[in-house]
Amino acid sequence: MRTIQQEKEISLESKRGITIESVWQHKHILDLDDFTPAEIELVLQTTDAMHEILSRPIKKVPALRGKSLVTLFYEPSTRTRSSFDLAAKNLSAEVINLAASTSSVLKGECLVDTLETLEALGTDIIIMRHPHSGAPYVAARHVKAHIINAGDGWHAHPTQALLDLYTIHHHKSKFKDLKVTIIGDIKHSRVAHSNIWGLTKMGARVTLCCPPTLLPMGLDEPNGHFPKIEVEPNIDMALAGADVAMALRLQLERQQNGLLPSMREYKNMYQLTEEKLAKAKADVVVLHPGPVNEDIEISSAVAHGPRSLINQQVTNGVAVRMALLYLLAGGTH
Amino acid sequence: MTNSILINNGHIIDPSQKIDSIGSLLITDGRIAWLGDNNDKLPASDYDIFDARGLIICPGFIDMHCHLRQPGFEEKETIASGSQAAAKGGFTTICCMPNTNPPLDSRGMIDYIKVTANNEGAARVLPIGCISRARAGKELVEMGELAEAGVIGFSDDGEPVQSSRLMRQAMEYSLAFGLPIIEHCEDKLLSENGQINEGIIATKLGLCGIPNVAEENIVSRDIALAELTGARLHIAHISTRGSVELLRRAKEKNLKITAEVTPHHLTLTEERVINYDTNAKVNPPLRTERDVETLIIALKEGVIDIIVTDHAPHTDNDKLCEFALAPFGISAFETAISSLMKLVHKGFIDINLLIAKLTAEPAKIIGHNFGNLGTLTIGEAADITMLNPDIEWVVDINRFASKGKNNPLNGEKLKGKVMATIYNGKFTYRDDSIKPRAKS
Repeated sequence: MRTIQQEKEISLESKRGITIESVWQHKHILDLDDFTPAEIELVLQTTDAMHEILSRPIKKVPALRGKSLVTLFYEPSTRTRSSFDLAAKNLSAEVINLAASTSSVLKGECLVDTLETLEALGTDIIIMRHPHSGAPYVAARHVKAHIINAGDGWHAHPTQALLDLYTIHHHKSKFKDLKVTIIGDIKHSRVAHSNIWGLTKMGARVTLCCPPTLLPMGLDEPNGHFPKIEVEPNIDMALAGADVAMALRLQLERQQNGLLPSMREYKNMYQLTEEKLAKAKADVVVLHPGPVNEDIEISSAVAHGPRSLINQQVTNGVAVRMALLYLLAGGTH
Repeated sequence: MTNSILINNGHIIDPSQKIDSIGSLLITDGRIAWLGDNNDKLPASDYDIFDARGLIICPGFIDMHCHLRQPGFEEKETIASGSQAAAKGGFTTICCMPNTNPPLDSRGMIDYIKVTANNEGAARVLPIGCISRARAGKELVEMGELAEAGVIGFSDDGEPVQSSRLMRQAMEYSLAFGLPIIEHCEDKLLSENGQINEGIIATKLGLCGIPNVAEENIVSRDIALAELTGARLHIAHISTRGSVELLRRAKEKNLKITAEVTPHHLTLTEERVINYDTNAKVNPPLRTERDVETLIIALKEGVIDIIVTDHAPHTDNDKLCEFALAPFGISAFETAISSLMKLVHKGFIDINLLIAKLTAEPAKIIGHNFGNLGTLTIGEAADITMLNPDIEWVVDINRFASKGKNNPLNGEKLKGKVMATIYNGKFTYRDDSIKPRAKS
């Protein structure tokens, strides 16, 4: 059994007697819908410990020594990929970075064949980014390696949501009854989806704000499949009393597909500006998963202003991903 | 060897003659020779006896909508493998959709299907011809020649005619032959990129939804065009409660409209895809509980006329991929009746009604061009299905006769199973338990 205190390199200031195994149930990290609040809590605590490592002069521990990790990215990425790369190296894993644009995928190799190849190479952990929702689930069913979803289609981006949760918690020290307003293209946003799961599980109240064409369907149906959230298309109302405001990246193609009449109207109605933020609580914090379209979904002034946590999100991303890798595969088991 | 078979002491159900009683049935020279409850009155002859105690004996099932994939996609299915799967599912007549490569848009292609089916088939295969050349939705096929070659109707299947003008012309032109236009109702602009039913499950899974209105829009258009032209319209695999409403109103006007529904739309909901199970990816998509309830009621009330399998086999590789890249379809022949029996066992529908929807009712739509189908009338071709309504079995795709193993019910226990199928007086499927006993 791996008790938290037993790890010499990684000291977790945690409640005594709690073992990771008693809380942590995951072989894969696919989405937050199947996380318990205790697991999310454990991730946040473990992230604190990783921050401590990152503050050392030598930011490296041997937790994943001898493990091989592949980042398999079917879509471009800067922060998520380099963040995972760094996190894995800080834990002494062997890292191979595969991009669809430079691999056999270009020769028409299908997903399952690529996965089988990685399995044959003895890969322990596969970090996967894919344009199609559910692709990491195919992987999790098909190979023995741990799968971490680094973003799949419109579906989920659990590590981003966990770093958002960590960042919010760092500033607010709680989740219960926080009002978190998410503004923008909710329908196509895996970041929004995973944040909705994570935030509501931890007791925060989530309000979605977007043009109705960018709202996913069925939120008003009574169901056991999705968390309860508020929808408020008016941004002033949506931001009223908010503790956290999260703006989402708007893809230019949404306008081309007729979901928006013009970027001009979107900016006028939904851009997160100082003026609109005035409706929120005085100590509101601002998040954005990046990459930012400055002066489209968020004004430059807000993005670079004192309430913006955008750069802290990036910094926290490395620690959160170290924590997740450690929890998945860092033990002696 | 004898050319007579006596099926003894079964529960004979033939909705075409309103028979629902215990009795025996004699087959001679491929035709039904005698039917009755008193074997003393059997015409004297030499025959093999098959005991049918506890089994339902009914006309062979008719499937008006299936995909046999030949020619062009023989890795998914062939006429031989598909018809064998049909036989295992109790079907003796199957109507194949024209979305082959090349498509069934010429006399030569219809002849090819008929000849291949005659040589290799384990069922009567009746082709459906295209509406438009190459299913491109631009110009009509030579409907007269296809009618003469022996199609049961016209359909562009999964590429439904988007042009309302062409559909009007197709309906008008079809009046000369009295054959139905069969429409897969889907407004492709409304369903674009759609993977599953639009709603909270699609939202949870991050998949693009297919709204009910994509179907209903074309159902509505086609009903209006059928009213305008007086043509026969058959609506394929209806899936939404809104479509049922439209159909109900159309039938109140006595238009020449019929409709079909699949076993999966009668028994499964969108929750089946919650784990990204590509084997439950089908078009139209599995809908909600409310839709399923409405479809069952519509079936009972006759608003929906028949049940079809929409058997759509695919290879393992086709389905073992990202959800959005997987093709639509379920390999359904071999689980169709067993999954439908759930509706009977739960008391939702009567066994006589279920059998009628698979025999007498589709026979009415097909008409008499291919003999009297779907009946146990003396003198007609001996197409017979023997069904054990109570036996439990576990679906195992590895035992499918179909090349397509894509079926979401794999591993599930079902109650009710086809034990034998007779087509033109010959067994095309026989469970090991069905053996001839010594002659009397």
